[in-house]
Amino acid sequence: MRQALPNLISVYPELLMAVGAMVLLLAGVIRKTPSIDRLSRLSVLLLLGTLLVLWLLFFRLEGRVVTFNGLFVMDAFGLFMKTLVLFGSIAAILISGPYLKEKQISNYEYPILIVLATLGMMMMISANDFMSLYLGLELQSLCLYVLAAINRDRQRSSEAGLKYFVLGALSSGLLLYGISLIYGFAGSTSFDALALAFADGAPTGVVVGIVFVVAGLAFKISAVPFHMWTPDVYEGAPTPVAAFFAAAPKVAAMALVLRVLFGSFPELDEVWRQIIVLLSVLSMTLGAFVAIVQTNIKRLMAYSSIGHIGYALIGVAAGTEMGVQGVLIYMAIYMTMTLGAFVCILNMRSRDGMSEQISDLAGLSERDPMMALALAILMFSLAGIPLLAGFFGKLYVFLAAVNAGLYTLAVFGVVTSVVAAYYYVRIVKIMYFDKPVVTFERPESKSLSMVLTITAAVNSPLSFILIGPLVQWAAVAAGALVP
Amino acid sequence: MYVTIVFLPLLGFLVAGLFGHRLGPRGAQIVTSGFLVIAALLAMIGFADVALGGHEYRIPVAQWVSSGELDFHWALRIDTLTVVMLVVVTVISALVHVYSIGYMSSDPHNPRFFAYLSLFTFAMLTLVTADNFLQLFFGWEGVGLSSYLLIGFWYERPSANAAAIKAFLVNRIGDFGFSLGILAIFLVFNSVDMQTVFDAVPDHAGSTFSFLGYQLHTLNTICILLFIGAMGKSAQLGLHTWLPDAMEGPTPVSALIHAATMVTAGVFLVVRCSPMFEYAPLALDLVIFIGAATAIVTASIALVQNDIKRVIAYSTCSQLGYMFFAAGVGAYGAAMFHLFTHAFFKALLFLGSGAVIHALADEQDMRRMGGLRKALPLSWSFMVIGTLALTGVFPFAGYFSKDTVIEVAWAAQSGLGEFAFVMGVAAALMTAFYSWRLIFMTFHGAPRAAAKVMARVHEAPKIMWLPLALLALGAFASGFLFSDLFVGDGRAAFWGSSISAHGDGVLEAAHHAPVFIKSLPLIMSIGGFLLAYQLYLRRPDLPGKLARTFEWAYRFLLNKWFFDELYDFLFVRPAFRLGHFLWRRGDEGVIDRFGPDGISKVVALLAARLRRLQTGYIYHYAFAMMIGLALILTYIVLQEGGL
Repeated sequence: MRQALPNLISVYPELLMAVGAMVLLLAGVIRKTPSIDRLSRLSVLLLLGTLLVLWLLFFRLEGRVVTFNGLFVMDAFGLFMKTLVLFGSIAAILISGPYLKEKQISNYEYPILIVLATLGMMMMISANDFMSLYLGLELQSLCLYVLAAINRDRQRSSEAGLKYFVLGALSSGLLLYGISLIYGFAGSTSFDALALAFADGAPTGVVVGIVFVVAGLAFKISAVPFHMWTPDVYEGAPTPVAAFFAAAPKVAAMALVLRVLFGSFPELDEVWRQIIVLLSVLSMTLGAFVAIVQTNIKRLMAYSSIGHIGYALIGVAAGTEMGVQGVLIYMAIYMTMTLGAFVCILNMRSRDGMSEQISDLAGLSERDPMMALALAILMFSLAGIPLLAGFFGKLYVFLAAVNAGLYTLAVFGVVTSVVAAYYYVRIVKIMYFDKPVVTFERPESKSLSMVLTITAAVNSPLSFILIGPLVQWAAVAAGALVP
Repeated sequence: MYVTIVFLPLLGFLVAGLFGHRLGPRGAQIVTSGFLVIAALLAMIGFADVALGGHEYRIPVAQWVSSGELDFHWALRIDTLTVVMLVVVTVISALVHVYSIGYMSSDPHNPRFFAYLSLFTFAMLTLVTADNFLQLFFGWEGVGLSSYLLIGFWYERPSANAAAIKAFLVNRIGDFGFSLGILAIFLVFNSVDMQTVFDAVPDHAGSTFSFLGYQLHTLNTICILLFIGAMGKSAQLGLHTWLPDAMEGPTPVSALIHAATMVTAGVFLVVRCSPMFEYAPLALDLVIFIGAATAIVTASIALVQNDIKRVIAYSTCSQLGYMFFAAGVGAYGAAMFHLFTHAFFKALLFLGSGAVIHALADEQDMRRMGGLRKALPLSWSFMVIGTLALTGVFPFAGYFSKDTVIEVAWAAQSGLGEFAFVMGVAAALMTAFYSWRLIFMTFHGAPRAAAKVMARVHEAPKIMWLPLALLALGAFASGFLFSDLFVGDGRAAFWGSSISAHGDGVLEAAHHAPVFIKSLPLIMSIGGFLLAYQLYLRRPDLPGKLARTFEWAYRFLLNKWFFDELYDFLFVRPAFRLGHFLWRRGDEGVIDRFGPDGISKVVALLAARLRRLQTGYIYHYAFAMMIGLALILTYIVLQEGGL
């Protein structure tokens, strides 16, 4: 017992966050009139600091580092996903300010909850055992439940929080049940041990366990048929919270799916591929079709996110290194698209308050040409029009599917993306060709404009330049996960 | 230097086309015309160097395509044939540019016009300098495009648009044949490079290749396909209908494109491919037949036309027919010689008629002209020079070239040669008749224009006279100056290896034709003149009576042998009917109904159904999750059991 303490170096970022979150919370409690602005700024600084530590650390560590008796792992894949998550959270805090003030829900806990949720996500991404996975997942989920209901004086918000909580509890139950089944057969919860145990196939009980685990995770990424909460929560929760939900937690949960499937059941890919294909097809179809009849833009974005998760799952279903690479690229691009779109929704403020109706976008190109242009770029990118970033995302997952022989799935993806293009392009049509009815007064916020400019710029044809480095980085990350 | 000649017009086009509105009309005119004049002077130096000095060049410009076995460059092939065409194209083009400065002075789209003219010249120059068949095709399509743009230059006129589209479509038929010919060349010779192909031709003489189960004579097939392309561009019988309609374009365009240069591209193609045509007897017979038939048919149509430009247009078709049958009997030098002289006097006639039209405020109908000689003495004298040259009166240019053409047809001593000879002589009579009819109706007799118009008749500005004077000089002197080189004793040294010398015997025999044969064209020419004089100056009442007596014949000719009506009945209307059927029944009835419309209805229905699942009740959601889980579980476990 030379080493009393486990190797702590690889968890420095998480430690920093945990301690930082406590300090911020204390500061909020001690101050008589805590300012949400200042706390938000400090939270952003904390997250940026974490990002810095993460990167510095990674250059010191070499390859894959496992610590805490195999509970925690740090590798290139984790670095990629954590970077995405941190950026997503930073953006979420940056874009929240004006909305919260407008709705008078400037509780100082708001940024701290996001920081804590992010901490949970970091834990999830680095989980190397079902125990640490569950801890991270619950830390994240509890924060998200509270965030969904943060506008507690408003019925819709409370309802959204409650729905999310109850269904989330159900999904946690499914997940735990699946974990217990797997533990029963393998006698371990460590991913590495599971991979060894099931190297030559698995009994049916383990297969059932895998189905339950995947169901529990599918709830988090809102894949059909575990998606039902998504539209209601997106619509009911405050818009910046919905934006946050659509970005970072989705990325983290997708990381979890990849970790579990590729980390603990690499030899059982024949089994889980079928589940993933099914989820993927259902998600793409539902996301494409139901979004067509939506009139509320937040609900539309909810179905859009369901559809996009379906496309990302195509890459998972491929079950290859190339597939994982496709998923990583897809999630990175998806996050920028969806954040940008939500910033536009946050900008939809008229004299009568915040608007959420798609029809209110009519004639935006005359009233606010820059925002119309940005939203048009984002919509075309979401639709996957060539030259824009969204196209590359789809390209790489379809390519992976074709290389893995999943032709039907790839064709299905192409067909549904054509259907989905309808409602994205319709928004552009409404903005550019319909007569204006409402005039928006964009909230005065530099951070909103900044996030919108960045997201629109990286999705614009500029993506041609950016896609190269992203693809290479994703290849490194995927290589770390799939040996 | 040759690269400069080819690319100066392109530069002019780019400058005038892109910065035309900034340069203004004056700037665009100076740039494009200036470049063309420089190019023309350079071309003349090139003519002296290559044709008289006996040099040949091959100038590579850039790598173009390298794909598998298909590998070729942009390169300029400079030999005597090329420089003859270079001189014709650049000189006529330069003169037309200058002439247009006056002619188009009141047109608001001046820069566009000059840009198109330069674009055309560039395309024509790439065509004649082509080193391989694809480059030739590039130029070929380029001139087709710019011809389309220029015919439809006054795009607000429906008739101009229709004529432009007609020209384009009819040319497409020819181009299709041409492109098939190029493909066949690549199939047989594995190359599109001209020299490679021509060198390999003797090995393929008489060989066959199989296509869809048919055994086809290789060289006959290729040459006939190439000739179909030539027929389209050179408006030969069957594909000639676009040329008269093309007169909708501005008159300088008619002079440059539809008389002097582009329409002769077909003749150029046949002559350029003469090493190949030599081994394709059937194709040569076809060339003779089509050429002779075109010469007579279009000349007969020209007899009764009333539009001054249409008369000249049909005359052009007819003269192109002469060139073709000369090439068909193997006298390529004679064909090129007629091409060369024809370019000068036909451009002169067109530009002269343009001056008349200009003077009469855009009147083109000869029945409303007459008596203009006093008012327009300069136009009259230029037109008469052009007519003398066209009808082949000694010592004007046409006398030398046309007589040679008719003599070689006689000297060919074959059945088809005989046919071409008879047709050529008959067409010569008609040519003289309609040409003098044009002069008499336009310039002599009593004025038939409204008094108001007559009062304002004036000679065109000076800038239009200079080109006319130079062209008149060419129409007068190009015959006896170049006769010796093109078809006379100097021909062997002059042409070098640029055309096949295979049919040289015919030319030699033609020089020893009996005096009667030699003088026949001139006799016909004088006969035509006397006939026209009798009918239109001494007894102006006779033509009307004749037309009434032989009404069916008159109608037949006036309606251009009913070619347009026939095509309308055979192709245009069925195509429209088919199009209408496919549109209404096929596209709207089947594709739209079961395609976009049907699918969008199904999508909307499906979306509405699925949306209803989203009730908002938490127990419904939980239920959906559990049912989903149960179904997936069942499916997977069944699969596992099945394994």
